[in-house]
Amino acid sequence: MLVAAGLLVAGLAALWALTAPATVLPSPLPERTPDLDNGRTMFDIGGCASCHATPNEDREKIDRLRLGGGLALPSPFGTFYVPNISPDTKEGIGSWREADFVSALWNGTSPAGEQLYPAFPYTSYRHMRLDDVRDLFAYLKTLPPVAGRIRGHDLGFPFSIRRLIGIWKFLFLRGAPFTSVPSQSPEWNRGAYLVNAPGHCAECHSPRNILAAIIDSERFAGGPTPDGKGWVPNITPVGLQHWSKEDIAWSVKDIASFLDDGMTPSGDFVGGAMAEVVRNTTLLSPVDRNAIATYIASLPPRQGPRPPRKK
Amino acid sequence: MLRTMFAIATIAVGVSAVVAQQDVIKQRKDLMKENGNQAKIGAAMAKGEKPFDLEAARKMFAQFEETATKVAPLWPENSIDQPTADDPYSASPKIWENMDDFKARLVKFGTDSKAAGASIKDLDSFKAAFTNIGKNHCTGCHEKYRLKKE
Repeated sequence: MLVAAGLLVAGLAALWALTAPATVLPSPLPERTPDLDNGRTMFDIGGCASCHATPNEDREKIDRLRLGGGLALPSPFGTFYVPNISPDTKEGIGSWREADFVSALWNGTSPAGEQLYPAFPYTSYRHMRLDDVRDLFAYLKTLPPVAGRIRGHDLGFPFSIRRLIGIWKFLFLRGAPFTSVPSQSPEWNRGAYLVNAPGHCAECHSPRNILAAIIDSERFAGGPTPDGKGWVPNITPVGLQHWSKEDIAWSVKDIASFLDDGMTPSGDFVGGAMAEVVRNTTLLSPVDRNAIATYIASLPPRQGPRPPRKK
Repeated sequence: MLRTMFAIATIAVGVSAVVAQQDVIKQRKDLMKENGNQAKIGAAMAKGEKPFDLEAARKMFAQFEETATKVAPLWPENSIDQPTADDPYSASPKIWENMDDFKARLVKFGTDSKAAGASIKDLDSFKAAFTNIGKNHCTGCHEKYRLKKE
């Protein structure tokens, strides 16, 4: 009886230690003048506004610089309510230190030491270079403060227990800031960085397992939309070289111009969630769009899950 | 006798209503499809894959303008279509919830296309006009009013 109780305590203690949130200490961050232009580029490709801007029925009326939060994100675990990340000191992130912001993006930890839900794609953002994260923080601080604390998430048990995310992270959170591949061109490397780190494209374009972690072997091979209602296409050559009924092949130029104007090689203009992405990528430089296109076109072909049959 | 004639007449009206409905759905899809065909030509020129042809560019904007006018009356009540095996796209119920905005966008699509056709004179002016129309009109409407089912 005593042994069982002892084991239980030991087990709980281990669980507690395992789920402890990791943070970035302020001491290693050296003095630096931020590059606000770079910060804005990170903001655009990071897609921050797409989740964090105060929502509107009509997406075209959204002011993407007012990051008051409030968007509802339905998921298989319940509904997430996106927080206020404007520089408001009381109800946004205005009182955050730089190290707090790095902790959030790299480790998915809040300044209060809580676990953040991976609905915030720190699984991708953790590959961002430190200077880019710092520039992004500096840029966010230049945006208008918006008052209003957003309500907490509406999640079913046990997903409502934040601490348990520690287990998820232990199982699934991997990787470090992106390092260049020397055998590839600077353009490819830039594209690889933009796609895998701030762009977080794989977060939508990949299938996930039952605990909502990306299935690595099928990264970019498509899957259901986060709310489960639609389908996100395969953007490896399996998808892009055999596009639609017409079996069209996308060229690098097609991908790059698509990220500017939303037009597919069949002359169709995309709607749905991707239209929102294009709203961001259209703000990048043509060089960056080209880099993204170069990288995407080079992805290894991967067969992903099949979309459910039409009724 | 009169009852039979009345019944036949009612059925005939019902059937023709259904046929008319299928008709508007097909008509508007055909118009949009032709939009896409023209846009493809425009894009090829804008990307430098085809030599720039001012007449072809004007033809494209003219087709856009024509579509905006022709497609406007093709959205009567009860004409919501469903995706089929051939076509995963369908009209969103939001069209009928926001008919004023929907119709206003079509009008603007027409006037902007007309202005674009009149203003272009070379590849550069064409590229700018084409991207503008694509972003401001095609994507915006599709995002709000078109559904896709895989």
